[in-house]
Amino acid sequence: MKVVVCVKQIPDPADPGALDPESKTLVRDAKLILDESDSYGVEMALQLVDAAGEGEVHLVSMAPNNETAGLRTALAMGAASATLISDEALKGSDALGTAKVLAAAIARQEPDLVLAATESSDGYTGTVPEQVAALMDLPSVTFAKSVAVDGGAAKVQRQTEAGYDEVECPLPALVSVTAGVVEPRYPSFKGIMAAKSKPVDELDLGGLGIDAGSVGWAGAGQEIVSIADAPAREAGEVIEDEGDAYERIVSFLDDLKVL
Amino acid sequence: MRNAYMTDELEAIYEQTVDFVAKEVTPHGDAWEEAGKVPREVLQQMGELGMFGLRVPKEHGGLGLGMLASATFSEALGASTFAGFDVTVLVHTDMAGPHLINSGNDAQLAEWVPKMLAGEAIFSIGVSEPDAGSDVAGMRTAAVKDGDGWRINGRKIYITNAVYGDLTIVAARTDLENKYGITMFLVPAGTEGFSVANKLDKHGWRCSDTAELILDDVWVSDEQVLGTVHRGFYETMKNFQNERMVLVGMGIGAAQAAIDMTNAYTQERKAFGGHLFDLGAIRQRMAMNQAKVDAVRASMYHAAWMHDAGQDNVKAMSGVKAWGCEVVNQVMYDCVQFHGGMGYMRESAIERMYRDARILPIGGGATEVMLEEVAKRSYA
Ligand SMILES: Cc1cc2nc3c(=O)[nH]c(=O)nc-3n(C[C@H](O)[C@H](O)[C@H](O)COP(=O)(O)OP(=O)(O)OC[C@H]3O[C@@H](n4cnc5c(N)ncnc54)[C@H](O)[C@@H]3O)c2cc1C
Ligand SMILES: Cc1cc2nc3c(=O)[nH]c(=O)nc-3n(C[C@H](O)[C@H](O)[C@H](O)COP(=O)(O)OP(=O)(O)OC[C@H]3O[C@@H](n4cnc5c(N)ncnc54)[C@H](O)[C@@H]3O)c2cc1C
Repeated sequence: MKVVVCVKQIPDPADPGALDPESKTLVRDAKLILDESDSYGVEMALQLVDAAGEGEVHLVSMAPNNETAGLRTALAMGAASATLISDEALKGSDALGTAKVLAAAIARQEPDLVLAATESSDGYTGTVPEQVAALMDLPSVTFAKSVAVDGGAAKVQRQTEAGYDEVECPLPALVSVTAGVVEPRYPSFKGIMAAKSKPVDELDLGGLGIDAGSVGWAGAGQEIVSIADAPAREAGEVIEDEGDAYERIVSFLDDLKVL
Repeated sequence: MRNAYMTDELEAIYEQTVDFVAKEVTPHGDAWEEAGKVPREVLQQMGELGMFGLRVPKEHGGLGLGMLASATFSEALGASTFAGFDVTVLVHTDMAGPHLINSGNDAQLAEWVPKMLAGEAIFSIGVSEPDAGSDVAGMRTAAVKDGDGWRINGRKIYITNAVYGDLTIVAARTDLENKYGITMFLVPAGTEGFSVANKLDKHGWRCSDTAELILDDVWVSDEQVLGTVHRGFYETMKNFQNERMVLVGMGIGAAQAAIDMTNAYTQERKAFGGHLFDLGAIRQRMAMNQAKVDAVRASMYHAAWMHDAGQDNVKAMSGVKAWGCEVVNQVMYDCVQFHGGMGYMRESAIERMYRDARILPIGGGATEVMLEEVAKRSYA
């Protein structure tokens, strides 16, 4: 069984860097790391391959500057190989542009199953996986909390507000995995050492056969019109308990219509 | 890249270790300090992740890396802020383990290395005695030939990991004519006559167990002799620089954490119409502390690199041990100072880190002894 996992490499949230006022986008010149959201997909894929007793996990990532640091982390966890797509012309790609690139790279792998996170930690549009599925003409299951493979089908527990649905769909399929549903393993030191010699296929748009005009700023359907600082948090209201605090808190929440 | 000596793999090992201690050590450290013990489970978890194998040759199941890997690992462990945990690990991997790796014969390696790697057996090194610390020549523990083995009598003191550990590498005098006529023996816990007289109550490193040991007519077979008879002292010397370095490494990791903590605290703490960090006396001293830590770190990695490049690094590493451990203590002193009364409270991490740091200029070669090593090599 071949499982492809989409992994996004993002700026370290502990050191997120700054927005470039010119392009109104994030400056991404520091090292990028594996998005924690994707560590769950990687773990799940490794477990599925383990359970199947055969097969391998392949990673697909699109990132600037031929960045591989985040991919190496996932390779150290146990993935076998990776595809990295990097191209100057991808600057400014929106979610659909990204999906086109990922779909083309994933298709080359002919996977049985594709996993992605429900949303990334930095962009979090939460739209890329479904777009990839649509472009590849694959069934798409979202918000998975567990995935099992049984013959030619994926059995997915899909999180809902009330609990979960049990969904079954034929393979190949694309499943997006909710954060926190499995415990991602620590890479072992041997895994770290082995990761450097695992194959990473580095491609540009030409190599994927994608027209540069359909992605990047050129192909983007979105425009960033302005950027502004998030408003500072206002001082909260302090309710001192004179015996009726709970009533005042309930009525406060009621006014906010959150109850 | 963190410094010029790093590789991508060492960088990943650093990050992985920092991540591991942040999740698996720091949140539990207070309870371990209270219990005076690092639970075996976390050591076995580290074993499973291959974290004890950096210096073990590939043919024995490790990664076969050099001293730079130990520098990286020890500095990363220091980020845990629980030096008692750090030293538990580093005595196993970098102070006791290397004696077995350097001098063990095939049978000894086959018996002990897999257990060492897995954290199934935790190692200690027993050299110091009540009357022999800096001056190893004062060693009184003696082994005499007895049949196809040796009979050992004596006492050892301040032995890290020997209360809850499984194997002590014991130094004993075997040649009474020669003051350095010492032999190393592999003595498993539970050997008849080998006992813990005392679990020592310490100023710091409280989750690390430290033993006073008694060897009362302990008989070991010839197969338990580690290395060459009478040559134990010289064979042990091979690992001195590494031992010194990892103490500096864990100290620097902790000092950096203390600086970060103190900068954050003084930037939050309001006083005199601003924050403490706005005061020149504080910001300048903390900036100088950062510069000193950076300098020690850089010279430590450099001395490690010298070793890996096949150069003699005794003078360099002795200097790093002397200066580095003093710097760590100066930094901890200032960090307590700028935490004010809070820094004196048992509940604050900095109070513990200050206590933990105090042993660094004493253990593994006291500052004065290290300076002699530099001075001896400083004649024009
Ligand atoms: C203004 C702008 C500039 C950009 N510049 C660049 C650039 O220079 N170079 C570049 O490569 N990209 C660039 N991008 C693309 C960007 O990094 C995202 O990949 C894309 O916008 C997806 O958005 P998202 O994070 O909201 O995805 P979401 O839909 O929230 O992501 C869900 C999941 O899809 C998968 N996924 C999403 N993106 C990727 C990815 N890139 N690789 C692998 N898996 C992925 C992950 O599993 C992720 O968790 C740019 C985007 C914008 C908006
Ligand atoms: C918590 C802890 C853990 C330890 N773990 C171990 C262990 O696992 N295994 C082990 O074998 N030992 C261990 N030790 C022992 C440690 O290595 C010794 O304490 C150290 O070598 C100093 O020896 P000493 O205590 O006998 O001090 P002494 O040798 O009595 O020296 C006292 C002081 O005199 C000064 N001094 C000594 N020599 C000179 C000199 N030549 N010139 C000038 N000044 C000098 C120094 O300031 C020194 O601190 C540990 C000690 C402690 C406290």
